[in-house]
Amino acid sequence: MTSTPAGSVGTEQGPERGAGPGGRAPVVEMTGISVEFPGVKALDGVDLRLYPGEVHALMGENGAGKSTLIKALTGVYGIDDGEIRVGGTPLEFSWPGAAQAAGIATVYQEVNLCANLTVAENIMLGNEPRRLGAIDWRATRRLAAGHLATMGLDIDPASSLGAHSIAVQQLVAISRAMVVDAKVLILDEPTSSLDADEVARLFAVVRRLRDQGVAILFVSHFIEQVYEISDRMTVLRNGARVGEYPTAEITRAELVSRMIGRTMEVLEDLQVRTDRAVDPTEGTPFLRAVGLGRRGSVEPFDLDVYQGEVVGLAGLLGSGRTEVARLLAGADRADAGAVRIKGAPARLRNPRAAIDRDIAFSSEDRKLEGVVGDLTVRENIVLGLQAERGWLRRLPGRQVDEIVDRYVAALNVRPADPDALLRNLSGGNQQKVLLARWLATAPELLILDEPTRGIDVGAKAEIQRLVADLAARGMSVVFISAELEEVLRLSHRIAVMRDRQKVAELTNSDDVGVDDIVELIASGGDR
Amino acid sequence: MSATAPTPAPAASGRLGAVVRHRLFWPVTALVALLVVNTVSRPSFLSVSVLDGHLYGSPVDILRNCAPLMLVALGMTLVIATRGIDLSVGAVVAIAGAVALSFIATSPDPGSPATVLVAVGLALGLSLVLGVWNGFLVAVVGVQPIIATLILMTAGRGIAMLITQGQITTVTSAPFKTLGAGFWLGLPVATLIAFGVFGLVALLTRRTALGVLVEAVGINPSASRLAGVRARTIVWTVFALSGLFSGLAGLILASNVMAADANNAGLFIELDAILAVVIGGTSLAGGKFSLSGTFVGVLIIATLSLTVVNLGISPLVTPLFKALVVVAVTLVQSPVARRKLAARPRRRTSSGSPSGSSTSKAVA
Repeated sequence: MTSTPAGSVGTEQGPERGAGPGGRAPVVEMTGISVEFPGVKALDGVDLRLYPGEVHALMGENGAGKSTLIKALTGVYGIDDGEIRVGGTPLEFSWPGAAQAAGIATVYQEVNLCANLTVAENIMLGNEPRRLGAIDWRATRRLAAGHLATMGLDIDPASSLGAHSIAVQQLVAISRAMVVDAKVLILDEPTSSLDADEVARLFAVVRRLRDQGVAILFVSHFIEQVYEISDRMTVLRNGARVGEYPTAEITRAELVSRMIGRTMEVLEDLQVRTDRAVDPTEGTPFLRAVGLGRRGSVEPFDLDVYQGEVVGLAGLLGSGRTEVARLLAGADRADAGAVRIKGAPARLRNPRAAIDRDIAFSSEDRKLEGVVGDLTVRENIVLGLQAERGWLRRLPGRQVDEIVDRYVAALNVRPADPDALLRNLSGGNQQKVLLARWLATAPELLILDEPTRGIDVGAKAEIQRLVADLAARGMSVVFISAELEEVLRLSHRIAVMRDRQKVAELTNSDDVGVDDIVELIASGGDR
Repeated sequence: MSATAPTPAPAASGRLGAVVRHRLFWPVTALVALLVVNTVSRPSFLSVSVLDGHLYGSPVDILRNCAPLMLVALGMTLVIATRGIDLSVGAVVAIAGAVALSFIATSPDPGSPATVLVAVGLALGLSLVLGVWNGFLVAVVGVQPIIATLILMTAGRGIAMLITQGQITTVTSAPFKTLGAGFWLGLPVATLIAFGVFGLVALLTRRTALGVLVEAVGINPSASRLAGVRARTIVWTVFALSGLFSGLAGLILASNVMAADANNAGLFIELDAILAVVIGGTSLAGGKFSLSGTFVGVLIIATLSLTVVNLGISPLVTPLFKALVVVAVTLVQSPVARRKLAARPRRRTSSGSPSGSSTSKAVA
């Protein structure tokens, strides 16, 4: 299915009414949507059209208004101006249930299901078939199995949801969304925690739904995925619509420059890489792990991290890369092997012990293991430093302000308001605050697990540049990312993980490409 | 009614909105309303007179009667802030009273200050140990707080019974009586102790980093642990403090009646304490806590008890009356209920977030 250009593509004006791709009428038509928060205009006269049987990408940096637009469409936020038409009828949603009733279903970034319920219960929750007033469990499971089958998902509906991988849970979430016969399916960052195979599986389901005539709104930071799956896209910037484009007619460079509102200079910054001219692997490594392992988590491995060196961990999701990081950071306790720091034996029994050895760890699970949402940006930034000093020695206010101001400026945290609650910041800015928390403790080894996941290109480039800078100034970094390009750009050395084992280690150079790493992962190191 | 209890000075009309939005606005309003009801029913309610160099009157009664609850609720606030709950406070109250009075009763010289000091030291020491035990179960063993403290809640009264050997122990000891019934500088000693400890802890949490670390642990325990906060130590500490403060409350209660009643001392005080914490605006989900809120909450509950007497409400319906007031206070504090009651200033601004909190659109 190819889409034909729709009217005034690429212009700054509102959409033209009437026929879109394939001559059909839009199923969702949002016109002049404005949403205001106290002091902030989150959306300013934004238009969005979704046609049946198309995948429409919503593109923009963090804070561009993507989430707000979705929440306006799903009735989570009220709109202050504008009109939403679904199937031609104007709608005034006041609560998420009303949006669902109108045929709009949403799968959010974080899987919003109950892990302790069964798959069938999750899929049918709120829509269970009843008999004599009681839930008919057999029919529930049968219906759920049917929905799973249409997704091409072969799992036991009676199994507990928590037993399945995030990818499967994501597909279950989509099955759940489709139970209500949705005409519109909104996928908010569905792929951020999936590996390549799982993404392919998800996309197969998305294509199937598209061919059945469902309009799909797809939000992702992965530009390649957007090009793979979407037919058209709407680009937002700073709460305003930049334009609407058929995916086939806009190049990646054009797209990125429209998203960030700047041109080639930023794109060149994306090519930031560490200075590989220096070879840090001399003398005693800052950290040396010998036979370090933990049963059921990661097989014993050896790893050296030298001062000023960036060591990349490459591998698929679940390959053990996060587990390695957690052992090095004391987040999990090793039951085998030993760690030496600057040549002296060290026991990393808990995070506190690791921090005392100047090891900082930024977890991949920002929401659960990083953000203290109800505290302010200020309190979050100094939390690590304050914990290091103990509760009795409170950081003097002036020193706090100094530290906070420095990092808010250096990392370009937006909004630059230290008194904002951290949970009100966008994902990318939360990540910057967490980085600030760790940098404020002046670590010698910084372990970053997926620091750029789910954040926009601009923030991503800023964080990559920061890593390169820190290494140049002598900080050791362990860098984990699902994006191999990123690992390649930043690392001096790369350890390859597979099936919870370290299978290979290679020194990075210009000759090493993504293909080499992929081959190592595929072959398990013995080639 | 001119010189009434401390109310938040209703500032200039321009700042009225800020006053109304203050987290203490509704609790203080409820307290003032209770005082007004009492004053209307008995105009002399708020009058304080001086007799024998002591202050007398209903306000003084409220301040004195609330002392034990003040101490228990203080510990409870900290425990709740770390996502915990301490159901054993009532049992600890009973044990502390039993230990102190049993020691005094069996000592050769019940009236000597030394005896009383040792008795108080023993009781407080044991209370601290019991708090440490709770903290051990929660922070080290990892038992859910409600279950961990339920153990001592049920076993504690048995322990108290063992100590008093099933009797209601009574003593005559002037120094010990001072604790609950004495006056110093015209004010009840119990009040001075409770308010002193309260002020000290308030100072400790806000002048040091303890408060913010407790909140961090309550909001996100795993993130706090990874940030290097000694979460286990903090949880342990708040449970230990809760035990200690409950013990102190137990001593005041025992001194009030000069008897140790293992079955009834501090009965249901855990519920009153939790209520005071909640009325004060600290969420049972943990995290942000408000000691000043708890302070007002305790005063509300103490005033309520006196109101029942003052209005001549039959003891039969006293629980019902209390329940109604509590429902009213919590309703008026609930953002959902307030939004429903308030006129809608703007189209669809009342659309709630799924979490039901009023903060979904709040950008600080």
